[in-house]
Amino acid sequence: MSSIPKIKSKSLSGQVLWAVFAQGAVLVVVLSAAYFLFQNTQANLDAKGIKSGFAFLGHEAGLPIGDSLIEYDPTKSYGYAFLVGILNTLMVSALAIILSTILGILVGVARVSSNWLLARLAAIYVETLRNIPLLLTLIFTYIIIIGSLPHPRDAISLFDGYFLSNRGIYIPKPIAEDGFGIFIIAAIVASVLAISFGVWARQYKRRTGRLVPGIWGGLAIFTVLTGLAFLATGNPVGSETPEFRGFNFSGGLGLKPEFVALLTGLVLYTAAYIGENVRSGIESVHAGQIEAANALGVPSGVVTRLVMLPQALRVTIPATTNDYASLVKNSSLAVAIGFPDMVSVGGTIIGQNGQAIEIIAMWMAVYLTINMLISFGMNLLNSRVQIVER
Amino acid sequence: MKNVSLISAIALVAATAGSAQAQTLEKVISEGVLACGVSEGVPGFSNPNSEGVWEGLDVDICRAVATAVLGDPDAVRFSPLTSSQKILAVSSGQVDMTSRTTTWTMKRDSAEGVDFTQVVFYDGQGFMVRAESGITDANQLDSATVCVTTGTTTELNLADFARAQNITIEPVVFEGKREAVAAYESGRCDALTTDASQLGAFRTSFIDPEAHTILDTLISKEPLAPLVAHGDNQWKDIVTWTIFGLISAEELGITSENVADLAANSDNPDVQRLLGASGDTGGFVGLEGSWMKDVIASVGNYGEIFDRNLTQTLGLERGLNAQWNDGGILYAMPIR
Repeated sequence: MSSIPKIKSKSLSGQVLWAVFAQGAVLVVVLSAAYFLFQNTQANLDAKGIKSGFAFLGHEAGLPIGDSLIEYDPTKSYGYAFLVGILNTLMVSALAIILSTILGILVGVARVSSNWLLARLAAIYVETLRNIPLLLTLIFTYIIIIGSLPHPRDAISLFDGYFLSNRGIYIPKPIAEDGFGIFIIAAIVASVLAISFGVWARQYKRRTGRLVPGIWGGLAIFTVLTGLAFLATGNPVGSETPEFRGFNFSGGLGLKPEFVALLTGLVLYTAAYIGENVRSGIESVHAGQIEAANALGVPSGVVTRLVMLPQALRVTIPATTNDYASLVKNSSLAVAIGFPDMVSVGGTIIGQNGQAIEIIAMWMAVYLTINMLISFGMNLLNSRVQIVER
Repeated sequence: MKNVSLISAIALVAATAGSAQAQTLEKVISEGVLACGVSEGVPGFSNPNSEGVWEGLDVDICRAVATAVLGDPDAVRFSPLTSSQKILAVSSGQVDMTSRTTTWTMKRDSAEGVDFTQVVFYDGQGFMVRAESGITDANQLDSATVCVTTGTTTELNLADFARAQNITIEPVVFEGKREAVAAYESGRCDALTTDASQLGAFRTSFIDPEAHTILDTLISKEPLAPLVAHGDNQWKDIVTWTIFGLISAEELGITSENVADLAANSDNPDVQRLLGASGDTGGFVGLEGSWMKDVIASVGNYGEIFDRNLTQTLGLERGLNAQWNDGGILYAMPIR
């Protein structure tokens, strides 16, 4: 009896050994191939007299960038210029993710709507946008924007201080004035109070079963308190109005046509995909459950929030994670319409100093990092909505 | 497109065995075709015509080298390159040479794995503006928006100019020249900046060329020269001396019309040496003795190339690009 498990464990450990050996061999082959490629590249670059390494990042860039979130001028370093590009990529991606999610949800809900016209329109939207290459959508949007809007001299003024022209959208810029610090402190206090009220409301509901509108109450507290603080500090937010001077508007906040076109194109395109994810999520929920909830007389809002949504999200979130990642990568098409994203700025740096390998490695590293973070966040969200198996 | 090609160039650098490129001449002869990098379309320099045949000054330089090496001006495979590819495509060996309005700078020549051969066009960076804007001088461009192409010295010059003049210029940077030109034409920018010769070329393509002015101000020196990979001296000599040959031919009055006659009957020793009637100039660089005779017979001398591509179609004057004894700075080294 006792000899049988011994033999079994011996043969098992033989298998394990073999598996470890095979995996180790593959790993060695992969690593040595990588090492060979690295060495060979280095040798070839040296033989051709091409500089390598990242020292150039500290050198003066000398290149102009049209649209920057942080203070930039050509005396800054290549590394700093690249950072400007990264921030532009991040900003356009983040805004596009938020807006395409909102639009995508609307489209997805419209797709399954019982309103025939609405459902058809949403279907046409999805099919059109999904079947046209994003690059064309971007170029189309860009041409429409710069082709249809007037010269800044004849800019369309929607409200006082708001201007629309082929140089972009210019709006008044909020400026902190006296008492802004006090106002901010008041706003923080207000939000702490509002959140505490929400938490208390939830606990109260659990304890007593009586419903206190925590979210609405919290919002009311926040609005009233900050409103009072705003009045008390005597309007601490001023504004700087854009003015047409020389060739263009100066002052105010400006959104360049390239940025607007890129954002619009990305949002329209990605929302079509997200809309489909939302639709498939909604359709994956068994109709019987909704009917059962309705039959029990549960209010339709609660049915949506507590029966449909939690189950629909299980299907929607993993697919949407992919679309977010695609969106970030697609933002590199910015180069076609002149928006200085990371790829555009990096391309300029390659043109200036020829160190393509380093720049491409940096592009890869940044995209990889952004998308890993998105995946990580979405996986966290996903693990919260998945069925907890016991 | 751009990235695919960039990555493939890098893959070449990573995967090829070292110093495989010391024998460009043998490679070109064995393949029977010259791989020549050109622009994606700059009228007058390199641009496919309505039948898809590449034309232009830069293109004719490729054809001249192909004739010198292979005896056939059509034995060229043209590769359109963007600005950010042009250096890497040569240094990685994807193309045998690039003839693509590329500015000769110290950094490119010394630290980027390429060698420049000989200037074929002396240019300078200028601005084009709308005539109605009333701008007559480049330093009136304060606060203006300027369309520019990425990966070029143009971008740097623009930034340098704004710094030197202490004015702010807002750049809109495009990947391709066509996009930059289209954006300028549609009114996105107040000015378009690139080499002055190209501004002239682009203006002819506008619906109403008269509505646009090219400013007299030139903000940089742009010596445009073909380039080859660093380290193959024989190949560099071939390209360099083919260009000198074209310039010398104009100086000596040899044209595609009279080249056959002069090769047989000229008494001028300079002409005899250039056309292989005496001496062995071709042998110095590993080519046939009659190399320049074939070149001139098929593409003409420098003056003919300039006239055909730039004067007749774009109305460009010789200016700096005239011969040294005719008010220009074109000065070919002696072929002997």
